[in-house]
Amino acid sequence: MLLIPCPHCGPRAEVEFRCGGEAHVVRPAEPESASDEVWRDYLFVRKSPKGVHFERWNHAHGCQRWFNVARDTVSDEILAVYRMGEAPPEVGR
Amino acid sequence: MRYSIINVLKQGLAGQKGWQAAWRDATPKPQYDVVIVGGGGHGLATAYYLAKLHGITNVAVLEKGWIGSGNTGRNTTIVRSNYLLPGNEPFYEHSLKLWEGMSRDLNFNVMFSQRGVLNLCHSDAQRDAYARRGNAMLMMGADAELLDADQVRRMVRGLDFQNPRFPITGGLLQRRGGTARHDAVAWGYARAASELGVDIIQNCEVTGFVRDDDRITAVETSRGRIAAGKVGLAVAGHSSLLAEMAGIRLPIESHVLQAFVSEGLKPWIDTVVTFGAGHFYISQSDKGGLVFGGDIDGYASYAQRGNLPVVEHVAAGAVALFPALGRVRLLRSWGGVMDMTPDGSPIIGKLPIGNLYMTGGWCYGGFKATPASGWCLAHTIANDAPHALNEAMSLERFARGRAIDERGAGPRPNLH
Ligand SMILES: Cc1cc2nc3c(=O)[nH]c(=O)nc-3n(C[C@H](O)[C@H](O)[C@H](O)COP(=O)(O)OP(=O)(O)OC[C@H]3O[C@@H](n4cnc5c(N)ncnc54)[C@H](O)[C@@H]3O)c2cc1C
Ligand SMILES: [Zn+2]
Repeated sequence: MLLIPCPHCGPRAEVEFRCGGEAHVVRPAEPESASDEVWRDYLFVRKSPKGVHFERWNHAHGCQRWFNVARDTVSDEILAVYRMGEAPPEVGR
Repeated sequence: MRYSIINVLKQGLAGQKGWQAAWRDATPKPQYDVVIVGGGGHGLATAYYLAKLHGITNVAVLEKGWIGSGNTGRNTTIVRSNYLLPGNEPFYEHSLKLWEGMSRDLNFNVMFSQRGVLNLCHSDAQRDAYARRGNAMLMMGADAELLDADQVRRMVRGLDFQNPRFPITGGLLQRRGGTARHDAVAWGYARAASELGVDIIQNCEVTGFVRDDDRITAVETSRGRIAAGKVGLAVAGHSSLLAEMAGIRLPIESHVLQAFVSEGLKPWIDTVVTFGAGHFYISQSDKGGLVFGGDIDGYASYAQRGNLPVVEHVAAGAVALFPALGRVRLLRSWGGVMDMTPDGSPIIGKLPIGNLYMTGGWCYGGFKATPASGWCLAHTIANDAPHALNEAMSLERFARGRAIDERGAGPRPNLH
């Protein structure tokens, strides 16, 4: 069971949360002129590192707010938690 | 040596001393026409069909551990071809046909048992969806039967029909579906490929690619550099890592799926039952263990083990469907790392580097695809072009808006 420190509520059990996948994926700035390849990268292509992953989580059964987590995909260790809009911290890189 | 009743009798009389190793544990040569990365079912099947159907025998299969140590040896062995979409169903039906002839073709008993796969439904809407799927399967040459609740009751004992949240209203049955012995599939393909001259090289991890413009000229491995004419990736949960070594980003996220086996019991369930609404499915192995599982853990992972919430969730699904299971003890649980794609369908085809090909993105359903995946990848490598059966499964589809989304869940890898 992961113990996830929600930045708003503190440490809570994994079952209260939903994972929203990779964080910091940016929507094309000019949708009208974006190419098929740009849309593909935005919609479908994802980072899948063996190691530190920056991802979004939602405290669905708590405050319901979104936030970012830096987590190791092998050990499951949570290395940092930070708010939406903040830049990814320098961890394990 | 051929496996046959004659040889069993002969060896019995000769004190079982004449059996040879089933396949050669090869050491790497400096150069191969085709190098396949990954010694799971898919990689071994690819090598076998390259040699058997396309006459390409200077082939190596490079496996970082031992063959079958990945998802081949971790899956719950369900084989079926009950898909809805035209991009998928003909491929899976071709696969099921290859399963039906596999033991004979490989001269190796893979214990393919067509005990049927039954998907339960619990509402009129779900029943309608199954009727549609069954019709699509029939149209594409597979078999399907829609059962009502009474027919389900006669077929499977122990089900709770009174569950107020999920009353069982019927099911979609594919009688030709079933299970197989997973290790035997790896060993059978390895043996047959090895006999045709393929080198199977274990403890050989691929760590990088040597490139010359738009081509790969060699692979770097833990056992040295190996020159390659063409390279095929068949690394299941590690496709995105291997592609990254070649500078390619894939629409894949690796996730962990768990499975479970109970203590051995007397024959109790003689088919495969899936309870999609409750995230649970089950069959019984020939040794008597109940083999069952559920959904993925839900977040990116390379850990070959899962987390406890899913264990609890699967157990809850089990006793909701079969209350008697509450008395059964669990023997083991484990996890495997899988490629999850954003549309839930695989990628078999060419990559944007001249002589690099892949089969991957199998999500939780690639065991059933083992023969056809190898068959199609071999065809694609030999002809430098996909077969009609895997044309829709190209990497290109994601840039062209041609996702094959069986579930209609949208572009989120953890929802498929
Ligand atoms: C718990 C679980 C249950 C499942 N149940 C079913 C089911 O009931 N029905 C079904 O159809 N599918 C099922 N699947 C999915 C199925 O197991 C996989 O899709 C399929 O086995 C993947 O193909 P493979 O057999 O070739 O993979 P694997 O056996 O995993 O082969 C890939 C190989 O590549 C090797 N490799 C990785 N990186 C490298 C490298 N750098 N160098 C060299 N070698 C490398 C690995 O060691 C591995 O042996 C299940 C999966 C899991 C985890
Ligand atoms: Zn919270």
